[in-house]
Amino acid sequence: MAVEWYLVLSALLFATGAAGVLLRRSPLVVLLCLELMLNAGNLALLAFARSTGTQDGHVFALVVMVVAACEVVVGLGLIVAMFRRRLPLNVDEFRGLKG
Amino acid sequence: MEEVVFFAGAIGALGGAIAVVALQNPFYSVLALVVHLVALAGLFLTLHAEFIAAAQVVVYAGAVMVLYVFVAAYVGGVEEPEWEPITGQRFLAPAIAVALFIELSIAILGTGLKAIGNEGPTIPLGFGSPEAIGTLMLERFLIAFEAASILLLIAAVGAIVLAGRKVPDASRNVHRTGPEEASDIGG
Repeated sequence: MAVEWYLVLSALLFATGAAGVLLRRSPLVVLLCLELMLNAGNLALLAFARSTGTQDGHVFALVVMVVAACEVVVGLGLIVAMFRRRLPLNVDEFRGLKG
Repeated sequence: MEEVVFFAGAIGALGGAIAVVALQNPFYSVLALVVHLVALAGLFLTLHAEFIAAAQVVVYAGAVMVLYVFVAAYVGGVEEPEWEPITGQRFLAPAIAVALFIELSIAILGTGLKAIGNEGPTIPLGFGSPEAIGTLMLERFLIAFEAASILLLIAAVGAIVLAGRKVPDASRNVHRTGPEEASDIGG
């Protein structure tokens, strides 16, 4: 398979994730859509690693997975904290960062 | 053969991604994301990234998704109100996503990169193996590796701070009066 197939698929997945981030209100689903976008980036990195025959893209993909894990930890911690304070779980309600 | 695997993986990944966005119940969205991640791991295998594919299934589809399932079950279903802060947001957002896809496709297919149109060079034995990636990570990308470990440490500390419940100490329990205590109960 030519590399451009993978790149177009990666663009499609990224656009799907972006649509989810813009559409959905639940912070949990917004985090899931962020995962979609990060994974689309991973796919593009690995496709380029295959096309150039070097393995640098693999290291990049691993670092992206580490960043995604950190984002999950902090994001889910925030969601649980919001739920315990009985704040509404709706990203539109959290336009200000204060309190 | 590779085409079959690619299109099967692509359909799985894209179907999972659309299901994540479209399904109303967050729990089902998490399960759709697991489907997406496993299909994506199959695509990584066709790109000869065996170690990343294994890490994807074990770390992502395994550990991270279990965390998501726990939180989705804890928080439960969230009703999303009809009210929109920007008028016509539900039509504007897919339009922006389609525009983003078209723009990315133009950028990808119109690029001058010579390597785009072919399958890439023949790869050496051990391409994408844990040994090769580990050597690369601890020699050439050592600073990135250390930065990632520091980021993980900061995230762990942040999670503890966020989840930390205030310990009620004995001195405050003696003269607990008034509603100002109520703000601490939730956190």
